[in-house]
Amino acid sequence: MKEYRADLHIHTILSPCGDLNMSPANIIRVALEKQLDIIGITDHNSVLQAPLIRDLAKKQGLTVLCGAEVTTREEIHCLAFFPTDEELFSFQQYLEKYLPHQPNDPDKFGYQVVVDEAENIVREFEYLLISGIDQSLEQVEAEVHRLNGLFIPAHVDRPRFSIISQLGFFPPDLRADAFEISRNTTRQAFMTSNPGLKRWNSIQSSDAHFLNYIGTAFTKFLLESPNFVEIKMALKNENGRKILTD
Amino acid sequence: MQVKDIISALGLTVLSGNNGLSREVTGGYASDLLSDVMGNCESGQVWITVQTHKNVMAIASLRELAAIILVKGNKPEPETAEKSEEEGIPILGTDLPTFTVAGQLYQLLHS
Repeated sequence: MKEYRADLHIHTILSPCGDLNMSPANIIRVALEKQLDIIGITDHNSVLQAPLIRDLAKKQGLTVLCGAEVTTREEIHCLAFFPTDEELFSFQQYLEKYLPHQPNDPDKFGYQVVVDEAENIVREFEYLLISGIDQSLEQVEAEVHRLNGLFIPAHVDRPRFSIISQLGFFPPDLRADAFEISRNTTRQAFMTSNPGLKRWNSIQSSDAHFLNYIGTAFTKFLLESPNFVEIKMALKNENGRKILTD
Repeated sequence: MQVKDIISALGLTVLSGNNGLSREVTGGYASDLLSDVMGNCESGQVWITVQTHKNVMAIASLRELAAIILVKGNKPEPETAEKSEEEGIPILGTDLPTFTVAGQLYQLLHS
């Protein structure tokens, strides 16, 4: 078993607030420079840029979990990751079904583009991706798990777009696979002030919208090999796989 | 003024918590951030919101609110309605937006 460094919350140029330098090649280059073994590609309400990054990264020995950062009806941000492309694209259909048809204004919010390997724009996503979809926290959780995915409420310590800011506190029966702490605090400080959350595992990630933030926070996993199934086991503390805390 | 007086004056629908219509109303609070409501509302207030999650009832019960008004035709999630019945804190409905209902409630309480 070996230690792997994972930054599971990274945006790309597809997110309107993602910097235009967040191209597949740049993200992979910086992730490797920062000695990450695993990254998660999590654009707002869309999975469309993730598979290309996974395929390019694989050739360079970097593992990519494909997913999205969903905004629920309550305006809570949640990370979702899927084991196969079939489930990933089913989830994309679900997102498009419930995303409001509010056209994006690139001057105000930024461009929402999908690029190919040569960084040609292959698609500009027309609806604003940072809107809340018309599904509740529990409905999103149920859909992610129906598709065998991982469901991880994002940056729960933040005063905006977090479970705690939007709902006041963690629903005690929420079926989360873990929750995420932002780069703005430490795991120790957060857990000291939120002892009630000990029943869930926690990860920490960068939520990078710019290249220089990639790897500024990460989670150390003890795994047999870097892949979705092993990470899922670690989040469940199964077969010796686990999250390493300092 | 009691919850039932507000219902008839503002034309609200009772969505759950029929057993709490005699609760005394001392004021109102309008917000959709539950963390904000938890920190700033006062007991006896009517809370106006779009949020339908069951945590709404947990906060209403903790802070001993008089009632909740769901605006814009929102309906409570089943577990939220269940809690409302248990706690005897009514959830009331209207098709109007927050601004309008808050204005009407303010006038009613201050006239």
